[in-house]
Formats: sequence, C-alpha cells, structure tokens
Amino acid sequence: MNTPIAAPVVEITALSRAFASKLALNQVSLRAQPGRVFGLVGANGAGKTTLIKHILGRLKAEKGLVRVFGFDPVEDPVAVLSRVGYLSENRDLPAWMRVDELLRYTEAFYPHWDTAYAEDLRRQFGLNPRAKIKTLSRGENAKAGLLIALAYRPELLLLDEPSSGLDPVVRRDILEAIIRTVADEGRTVFFSSHLLEEVERVADDLAMMFNGQIVLAGPLDEVKESHHRLILRFDVPQPVAPKVAGILSLSGSGREWTAICNGKYEEAVAATARAGGRVVAEESPSLDEIFVAWATAKSL
Amino acid sequence: MQLHVSTGDGVPIYLQIAHQIKYLVASGRLVPGDEVPPIRVLAHQLLINPNTVARAYLELEREGVVHKRHGSGTYISDAGSPLARKERLKLISERIDALLAEASHLEVDPQELLRLIKERSQSIQPKEIK
Repeated sequence: MNTPIAAPVVEITALSRAFASKLALNQVSLRAQPGRVFGLVGANGAGKTTLIKHILGRLKAEKGLVRVFGFDPVEDPVAVLSRVGYLSENRDLPAWMRVDELLRYTEAFYPHWDTAYAEDLRRQFGLNPRAKIKTLSRGENAKAGLLIALAYRPELLLLDEPSSGLDPVVRRDILEAIIRTVADEGRTVFFSSHLLEEVERVADDLAMMFNGQIVLAGPLDEVKESHHRLILRFDVPQPVAPKVAGILSLSGSGREWTAICNGKYEEAVAATARAGGRVVAEESPSLDEIFVAWATAKSL
Repeated sequence: MQLHVSTGDGVPIYLQIAHQIKYLVASGRLVPGDEVPPIRVLAHQLLINPNTVARAYLELEREGVVHKRHGSGTYISDAGSPLARKERLKLISERIDALLAEASHLEVDPQELLRLIKERSQSIQPKEIK
C-alpha cells in the first residue's frame, strides 16, 4: 500500500525561482504519487503558491524541471489542465454569473464533466442555482469553486490553501472532498495549507517549506515517528535556554525545558548531559510542534 | 462503533484507531464476529485519509485482532481473546502506574498500598455479590 511503483503525478526537480532579488523557490524537489494525498505546509510567503503556479503552468520553470502526468505544463497545457481540478485561495469566479450559469459555462470546457455529480454536489453544498456569484458568502463561494474543480472528476485535485478564512462547516466539506477524491478510483490530491490539523488528518505525504526551501519531506507517519519531544531537567535553574547541540528547538524556563529533535535521539541525550542536564521523558510531538520547531530552527 | 481521533497529541492516527479498536475488544464492546466499518465509511466518519484507516486495519490484522473475509469485510477474530487478555492487563497496568505515582506523591509506600488494595478489595466483595 505504501510502496507505489507507478509514475509520479507531480514531479518537481531542483526548481528555483527568483522574483527581483528574492529567491521564492530554492532547489525544490518533490514527488506526488498517484492515489495519495500530498500536503504542502509552510508559513505565509514560504513559496507554496509560487510552487503551485508552476504545477499549473502559470509560471515557467526558469531553473529545474516540472512534470505533471509526465508533461511540461507550460509546453502542454491541455494535457495537464484537462486532468487537474484546481481551487485557489482567491476563488476568481465570474461575479456576474449565476450558479447554474457557472456550471453550464464550466461544463463546456470539460468533456468528462459529470452533470449528475455536479448536481449532487450543488445540493449537498446547499448552493442556490439562481444566486449570483457576487451575492454568495465567502463559504458559498469556496463551495462553488470546489464544485467546479470536482465535477469533472479530475485525476489530480490541486488545492491552494483551500480552507483559508473559512468556517469549520465549509472546511469539513473541503476535507470530505479530499477524502472522497482518494477513496474513489484512487485519484490524487495535492494541497497546500497552514492548518496542520487538517494536513495531519488527510495527508499521506508531507513537505514542509520555509523561505522557498523544502526542509522536510516524506510520508506523514515517518515524519511524525522520526521526531521526538524530550523533557530536559537541569540540576541548576537555567536563566536562558541552554545550548544543546542537535536539537531543533528548546522552550521552557528554570530547571525544566522541552526540546524537539529530529531523529538524533541518542545525540540529543548526550548533548543534554554535556550541558548539565538529563532527559527525563521522551514523547511524540504533534505536527504543530514539529512545524514550530523547524520554523524556530530555520529562523536562527 | 464510536472512535475519536485527535491530532493534538503526537500519536499517529492509524495507531489511535488500532488502539481504540483493541480497547473496544478488550472491554467487550466488540466481540468475535463483529464487523468493523468498511475503510471508506470510517474514513468519512472520522474525516481522515482512507489509507490511514487501511493501515490501522492492516496493523490489527497482523496482530490477529481482525481478519478479512474475501469480498466481504473485516471482522473481529476469535483469536482475539489471548490478545484481549494481554490488552486488559496492559490497561490495568496503566492504571496501576498512575496509582503508584499518586501514592508516592502522598508518601504511601508500595507495601502500604498493597495492604490498602487488599483491604479495599475485601470491603468491596460483598457488595458485588449482592
């Protein structure tokens, strides 16, 4: 189950991109395998949207290689876009259309559009067919965008911060859509998010991005199992965070400190001893803690 | 079958599911022959990736807690009982650990604790028979 042999749906190799003097993407490589959910996480401005624009072919790879279903999305947009359902954070739907007009309009672009499925989704999402797009609430707008991304059953569902600014009910609809997409016919999902709770629920694979670089990538379970939360105890209260080599982050005060480390458990134990402390507990950190630890480590 | 997953703690979701199903077996709320929900149904119910549910079931199958029937579903195994006993002992051990920690905190030594347990056990017995 966890050993896919099929060709990756998205394959990015050593992709770099600069805007003016700022490096937005720095040697990014990743692979999204078919039938799996790939979660891309990172703080705002980490480069997630820039990366997704390359997958869609809206930006041309200046350095490096981007392949979607084996095609270059800039050279071969039809081969790529006809198989991708895309929902962006700023859902740019035509404001003057009605919901039913939006559906008919979008249907015209996609030979595989499933009218019955679209109607099911519209009812499930509670969208009034006669409502103008511009009168929809933020949540309804997102649902309309999701509907047209799903209704032709794309092989790849590509979501850029889909839950951003939405209430829990709409977020649930989006998560359900992701789950349905992989559960049915083993299609693939690639999504970016800063909501780690959602990523933890639905992602098979994970990549963590900071300042245009991927610092951590792999199956979610492996990422979680390779990180440790260590409780360190010092005989003498420490006025400032003690220097312990090999750990990502350290927080606490006085005698007790919490460290997050990646893999190097024995090293961290030895380094703690050298710093005059000992490890009194070893626990599993949440994805949230892992993310914050990397953010701390990368900002130093 | 009511399961809950939490993303706050560090335990991988597939392990949370496996643990909870083992707990339900150990506590008798799932008995041999009971069917566990199909992967897709549980994935929708818990709002998690179906691959994660599949991995939990695979783990349980490997440990002999459940078995698949061809073309049908996944069921609690008869062989569940020896493991269920192990699980029951594990559950009670966790409670004992908590009790020992509390006792140590209140300066009650293990010998005294044992004596107290026996005493309590005797005082509870008649009530249980009734």
